[in-house]
Amino acid sequence: MFSVFFTIVRRDVLLAMRRRTDVLTTLFFFIIVVSLFPLGIGAEKNTLRHIAPGVVWIAALLASMLALERLFENDYADGTLEQMLIAPQSLSVIVAAKVLTHWLLTGLPIVLIAPLVGLQYYLPSEAVVTMTQALMLGTPVLSLIGAIGAALTLGLRGGGILLSLLILPLYIPVLVYGAGAIAASMMAKAPVQPYFMLLGAFLILALIFAPWATAAALRISSE
Amino acid sequence: MDNTLEVRQLCCERGDKRLFSDLNFSLPAGSLLYVEGANGSGKTTLLRALCGLFTPECGQVLWNGEDSHKLGDAFRDQVIYLGHHNSLKLDLTGIENLHFSLAVDGVKAGEEALLEALASMGLAGYEDLPVRVLSQGQKRRVALARLLLTESPLWILDEPFTALDVKAVDHLQSIIASHVNQGGMAILTTHQEVALTSGQIQRIRLGEHV
Repeated sequence: MFSVFFTIVRRDVLLAMRRRTDVLTTLFFFIIVVSLFPLGIGAEKNTLRHIAPGVVWIAALLASMLALERLFENDYADGTLEQMLIAPQSLSVIVAAKVLTHWLLTGLPIVLIAPLVGLQYYLPSEAVVTMTQALMLGTPVLSLIGAIGAALTLGLRGGGILLSLLILPLYIPVLVYGAGAIAASMMAKAPVQPYFMLLGAFLILALIFAPWATAAALRISSE
Repeated sequence: MDNTLEVRQLCCERGDKRLFSDLNFSLPAGSLLYVEGANGSGKTTLLRALCGLFTPECGQVLWNGEDSHKLGDAFRDQVIYLGHHNSLKLDLTGIENLHFSLAVDGVKAGEEALLEALASMGLAGYEDLPVRVLSQGQKRRVALARLLLTESPLWILDEPFTALDVKAVDHLQSIIASHVNQGGMAILTTHQEVALTSGQIQRIRLGEHV
């Protein structure tokens, strides 16, 4: 079970390394979206601080979604997905491996680059730490929920648009509490812990249900 | 134990069109089944239904007398399916592709065995090239190399001879023949008539009694 998990992770990371543009596009998309706001709104310190939590999270949602379309699409097109469906292995494990790789290649780079964004928005250092932690907890949820949508829209024409309509509403809780955590960290006497606990709860729920739901959706859409 | 595959009252539809119905056959160990029929008669659908990629409208696929759906992984472990797609990642090399597809199949094979399998398919010297740069026939050979290393008794091959040259067709025939001789089973669709002298050969023709 674990061997197939790591094999799939290794395969997808190797594939991404052979086509680095895919990974870099997502990261640069995030950086550019985040950088556009100060240019459009103006570099006033307090305004930027105020909007930073929302902007960072919305950019992270969009960047994560950008790569979702490719999550199963390539495997579907070349027939490797078929082989995974009829493999004598739990499909949920294979899905979990693919989701982990998606997070490693889109979520993790965003988490790592986030402190730089914090500088751009004049965030105090506690807020930067909170932002990194919140992204660390929240971005895997995005990948997990997104995988369900990617599986449901697999092989559809114009699946990309449908995917965003389907998935973005489901991202709202993560957006609300993720941004809330950063905002709270900038206020005196506002506890951050409840936000983290809620994000953690989302992550656990998504970890339990998303691979299973994605596997079921894959079986339906590949027929 | 001698395996048997049995199909009972199978019917499949594709987009409201009945492809075939009341299909019955039984395939004992050591035999080969040709699925014949015109384009669109449902050959690929039948093969996909057999290996569980397609849910038939009615009927059952039984493996050793047990419903293959209920057997789940235990049945999937017995089957190897090669479809129209080669199931290869174009950015990976031949040996990487073989390694990963075998890992998904749950087959453990060492580097040596992989190299040997590729060499036997006439791909010596091409192992470390990305599959992207290989020709259609060579890609097909990489995909077929899986057959040499698998231990699954039931081979379901959809048009395995496409894109292969005469020599490779001969080689593949002998691979299938020796598999069948050793008590394995194979189900293939092919438009070209292929002479196989081994084992017990069955044929079904789709699209005639709908």
